[in-house]
Amino acid sequence: MIAEIGHAALWLAAALAVLQMVSGALALQAPEGQVSPFALYARPAAVVQALLAVLAFTMLLYAFAITDLSVKLVATNSHSMKPFLYKLTGTWGNHEGSMLLWVAVLALSGGLLAYAERRLPERTMSATLAVQGFVAIGFYAFLLISSNPFERLPVPALEGVGLNPLLQDIGLAVHPPTLYVGYVGLSVAFSLAMGALITRQVNPNFAKVMRPWVLGAWVFLTLGITAGSYWAYYELGWGGWWFWDPVENASLMPWLAATALMHSVSVLAARDALRTWTIMLGVVAFSMSMLGTFLVRSGVLTSVHAFAVDPERGTLLLFLLALYIGGSLTIFAMRAGSIAEGKRFTATSREGALVFNNVMLSAILAIVLLGTLYPLLTEAFDVRVSVGPPYFNPAGAVFAIPMFIVMAVGPLLRWKDDKLARVQPLLAVLGAIALVVIALVVFLGDYPLLPVLGLALAGALGVAAFMPLRGRKLNRVPTAVWGMVLAHFGVAVSLFGMACEGAFTQEKLAAVSAGGTEEIAGWTIQLESVDPVSGPNWTALEARLAVNRGGGEPIILTPQARNFWAPSQATSESALLTRWDGQLYAVIGDAAGVDPSGEQRWQLRVWWKPFVTFIWYGGVLIAFGGVLAIVGRLQVDLKRRTATRIGDQRRTDQAKLGEESGEGQALPEPAE
Amino acid sequence: MRPAYFIPLALFVAFAALAGFMLTQPKDQFVESQMVGEPLPEFALRAATDNRPGVSIKDLRDGKPKLLNIWASWCVPCIAEAPHLETLQARGVEIVGVAIRDNPQNVAAFLAKHGNPYSRIGADDISAIQLELGSSGVPETFVIDGQGIIRHQHIGDIRERDVPMLLQKLAEAGA
Repeated sequence: MIAEIGHAALWLAAALAVLQMVSGALALQAPEGQVSPFALYARPAAVVQALLAVLAFTMLLYAFAITDLSVKLVATNSHSMKPFLYKLTGTWGNHEGSMLLWVAVLALSGGLLAYAERRLPERTMSATLAVQGFVAIGFYAFLLISSNPFERLPVPALEGVGLNPLLQDIGLAVHPPTLYVGYVGLSVAFSLAMGALITRQVNPNFAKVMRPWVLGAWVFLTLGITAGSYWAYYELGWGGWWFWDPVENASLMPWLAATALMHSVSVLAARDALRTWTIMLGVVAFSMSMLGTFLVRSGVLTSVHAFAVDPERGTLLLFLLALYIGGSLTIFAMRAGSIAEGKRFTATSREGALVFNNVMLSAILAIVLLGTLYPLLTEAFDVRVSVGPPYFNPAGAVFAIPMFIVMAVGPLLRWKDDKLARVQPLLAVLGAIALVVIALVVFLGDYPLLPVLGLALAGALGVAAFMPLRGRKLNRVPTAVWGMVLAHFGVAVSLFGMACEGAFTQEKLAAVSAGGTEEIAGWTIQLESVDPVSGPNWTALEARLAVNRGGGEPIILTPQARNFWAPSQATSESALLTRWDGQLYAVIGDAAGVDPSGEQRWQLRVWWKPFVTFIWYGGVLIAFGGVLAIVGRLQVDLKRRTATRIGDQRRTDQAKLGEESGEGQALPEPAE
Repeated sequence: MRPAYFIPLALFVAFAALAGFMLTQPKDQFVESQMVGEPLPEFALRAATDNRPGVSIKDLRDGKPKLLNIWASWCVPCIAEAPHLETLQARGVEIVGVAIRDNPQNVAAFLAKHGNPYSRIGADDISAIQLELGSSGVPETFVIDGQGIIRHQHIGDIRERDVPMLLQKLAEAGA
């Protein structure tokens, strides 16, 4: 029954998406200024659809919770003896379930938009809901036609197949849903942008409606990328935190577009400038989300993330991509010319700085996109290439470095028109910080160029982030400004971590026999023993390392080289020791022959990574800044709405009073 | 309508066409070695089993073309290719084996069960030589000419239809 309820709910939700689209579209036929009767249906359809989609997902969650082995998806991805938490997370640890989660979040955000958003003109809202419904239909069709999660087995299985052991990890259980919420939040920004474009309402009012959605999606994307990066860092055992893998890039590209969009939508809301550009970014941001899903799920690119890939699904996804991205870009091309030019500004103004950084972010996005798709292009000509850090790092830095410089200066400038001379003393301070850092690092040793520049920029940016607060009463600073300050400071913190990791990491690869000692960056590491250990579905060689720095009680680290047997897979379980000034990262490798006395030797790989954790602290700070910005915007908005409502109330009361007394004109105007 | 506004659409259409084309292409998962045409690296491997000697670079520079077969006793496709290796040996081909991450007991058991077409078998305990050859899986077979230069790489197990092709490659290498 459970699976059938879920399946039926999914079909009903799909039907309501059609209703939402049709009624929203028909409502646009009404002449300007009139509300079409069709417009009545779109909002309730979106809300009920959200409830149904969530119901469908809940049913699947329940089937996984009770391990209903008559459902094919459960039988192929779960196991009755799995820990309860991983039974639940197994719901989206597979293609069908994760697509259902995607659709449920899509419907939920569409429902929330339809239910709560009353600030836009009704026509724009109808167009927005029609677009949102149109997007949803495609994904419902994809689920119901090619990836039905509720398919039953003719005969229930006796036992489930189980979940890839690597996916039985709490980090990976939380990371995909976080990214999905981010991706799908951008769908609302996309629908709003298309709605505004179609009904010619690209103005600050629209930008204010769009802003919290962009901010929200961006916060989730930031957290998702931060978590994913840390997962790759500790789980893969390669000692790196970013590999420029296609799947990583697929999550980075929407983030870059969303970051640019978030800033340009703020310019539109505050200054009525950058109209066309904001619409363009709204389309690009969601396009990047869908492109990411396509690249990951279709298998056109080879990646270390071995997702279950299926060319037929790839074809369907490509069709959806062509429909939505192609369609919206066509509308954009036809309509963008009709968007009136926004307010003008000079180059040295807050807007000017934001435009510059928008262009830089877009350039980095283009660099990443090109690098990700380049292997696909060359493979069409039968040449295999792999694009990695030697391309991405310098090519990205060319645009990232000017961006960080302008990012330090921009928030100090005034809107519309400003003179650099006005902020000259502050710029001098920032320049001095950067130069002192460079001098210091160069004095300390010979380090690569990019990390040195990164350190200098991090120093200047860390101070610059707080400069907008100078001369203000701290308890009067709006919450949204605090958000900006913290997010920008988070960028500095993250950049500091990356630069330190790049410049000061020390690595040691040695063949060590039991009792042997290695030294790295002031740490003494003694290999006490290597013993076989076993877990529920793996065996491993576990090394006991006694490490200490500057004497004192040694700390025991136990890295493992694991072999899973179902499916057969070897993994390195790294051992990490976190200190305030960095992390010690140890991996045990294969047996490496015997030493002169006949003792077995082992490959031991150790890194000391100073301040590497700051990369992720920074990521969390950035996301927290985003949360503050949302809270701040909502506060202001609620206050204004309450004020408007009270004002309206007073005016009606007055009018009534006037009617009753027959001399309304004579009443004194209330002070507002 | 300004033509500039059509640029994003044009870029996307180009991408969609490329992706669509690539989806129709069969996916080739083989990673070909960059070492084909290059001389073998310097190496010397101890014997993997008692009744065959180990392998060193000198054994492959003795003027006679050979097959260098990367295999392991734990590898299932290696069982499938064993009879075809025997066919090749019966046709006078000298086959040198490299056993990957293996131990003497398992190697001996495998040879006893599936036949021993090898003149020499070296033990590569940490895939060191395998990686230097540019081989990414087991089994793989390389055609080596008399001067120790890699002439051809065969990825995957040797099937019956591959036997004439390998003989041809050996002939081209100067057998």
